[in-house]
Amino acid sequence: MTVVDWSRWQFALTAIYHWLFVPLTLGLSLIVAVMESIYAKTRSEKWLAATKFWMTLFGINFAIGIATGIILEFEFGTNWSNYSWFVGDIFGAPLAIEGLVAFFIEATFVAVMFFGWGKVSERFHLVSTWMTWFGASVSALWILVANAWMQYPVGMEFDPGQMRNVMNNFWELFSGIAINKYLHAVFSGWALAGVFVIGVSAWFLYKKRNAAFAQRSIKVGGWVGLIGLLLTMWTGDGSAVEVTKHQPMKLAAMEGLYHGHESAGIVAAGIVNPNKTWNNAEDEYLFDITVPYGLSILAKHDLHAYVPGIADIIQGYTINEAGDTVNTVSYEERIRQGKLAHEALRAYDMARANQDEVAMAKAESELREYYPYFGYGYFDSVEEAIPPVGLTFTSFRIMVFLGTYFLLYFVVALFCVYKNNWLHTKNWLLWILMITMPLMWVCSEAGWAVAEVGRQPWTVQDLLPTKAAISEIQAGSVILTFWLFALIFTVLLVAEVSIMVKQIKKRSLTNLEIDYAH
Amino acid sequence: MAGFATFTRRIWDLYYDGFRSMTVGKTLWLIILVKVFIFFVVMKLLFFPNLLKTNFDTDEERAEHVRSELLNKN
Repeated sequence: MTVVDWSRWQFALTAIYHWLFVPLTLGLSLIVAVMESIYAKTRSEKWLAATKFWMTLFGINFAIGIATGIILEFEFGTNWSNYSWFVGDIFGAPLAIEGLVAFFIEATFVAVMFFGWGKVSERFHLVSTWMTWFGASVSALWILVANAWMQYPVGMEFDPGQMRNVMNNFWELFSGIAINKYLHAVFSGWALAGVFVIGVSAWFLYKKRNAAFAQRSIKVGGWVGLIGLLLTMWTGDGSAVEVTKHQPMKLAAMEGLYHGHESAGIVAAGIVNPNKTWNNAEDEYLFDITVPYGLSILAKHDLHAYVPGIADIIQGYTINEAGDTVNTVSYEERIRQGKLAHEALRAYDMARANQDEVAMAKAESELREYYPYFGYGYFDSVEEAIPPVGLTFTSFRIMVFLGTYFLLYFVVALFCVYKNNWLHTKNWLLWILMITMPLMWVCSEAGWAVAEVGRQPWTVQDLLPTKAAISEIQAGSVILTFWLFALIFTVLLVAEVSIMVKQIKKRSLTNLEIDYAH
Repeated sequence: MAGFATFTRRIWDLYYDGFRSMTVGKTLWLIILVKVFIFFVVMKLLFFPNLLKTNFDTDEERAEHVRSELLNKN
């Protein structure tokens, strides 16, 4: 593997591990806030005990997960320094805001949430708990705005003198892609935390301990999770529409679709043919079960809409902002224009060195004309612009399949918990609720893979491919730190799980109806 | 002034009593400190220098380096 591959794997490893902790923080903070609000309303100490129990688990996850994301910023400076310079003026702004917001809101209110019992008024404590949830959610906003910008770069212009893109409209960063991506990620955190609460509560019921506490928790976790999952599906649909308009190649890869057509069906289950290329005659799938019209509905909310495939997009067909199918610029032409942009940049440099302002202006004008396809200039063939289809296709199906399963999970858990004695007597059901709990993380990570693998080969869509974004570094140091991170993160994960399990077992031996010792 | 002192004292008490009465929190703080040490001292200093900041003194030099990198990668 090359240094680019190792750096990508390293980034993927750290992002995947980081994302194990983040959605639980986003969702569990909400569940804790809801429980404390119920306590504030009812004054029932049962709810206070429940609040404190889940707050302890939130604290464990928060403590273990905190700062795992900072590694990604280290990698930007070392592995991806070309990228960091090229787009740092735009990308850095939301990350800097995130750092400040995270520090001030989370550090302040998390402390009050954990240490403030009996020290501050109950009203202020409740506000602090909600602010902890709000702070975590706002932190996520800036990260996802930055990520969305990489997928749909807007609000900037290239300054050849500084050799970087310069922000000219901050508010354009809040594009449809950014808003959908943010909401999709946050709501999925609610669903994930709902599954976590139900899974842990199922263990209490299985062990015949603190049954009333477990039932109360399932009710809150179930409703938050169900609402979160439905909203995740809704925003996922919004994301698909945005991806269709701005990243049609990603949509085609998600579907393994090489040749587009009207009234396109969606593959509910299938295996993509690994021998299929954009220009050979092989079948797209080894087998597939297709839902008629599904892809047209997903892409454009229209039964009969045309959805372009990989081969069509390479030839220039796409769907524009207005939702119309248009034939724009083929990938061959994009590569040509990208190379012309590079030539214009070289000419600009030479003119600048010679202090020839007329030549500089001419070169800059040419550069601006071809700059939208600057990144394609790094490719020698159109194949290089195609993302890994098999992985994107499979990840998308894992996400959708598990998302559908968890919809059933929430409905069944809520139904059974409201049917008073059902869950107590159904050990097999409690087992299913427990052992399938980790699949929610698989679902969440699969969603990440769809978003990030599907946008390859780009770090910044159309402008900077990964192979150009990489620094001039040795593969050896990346390999070493890859394995170091793998070890450190695995230790952290084991620590999180073992501390949580210990706390759950310990608390389960107490009476959670009245004992709310923190 | 007295009000500010009282407020400061209350904040101090919040943190002091909070840290002192922690149970599982002590283990978590230990993990956080070890983790932050490994990340910021070991990993950052030994393996993750900010290449552009470390190797170049001015933004002009950094821009020139990236220009050379990006124009020589195709």
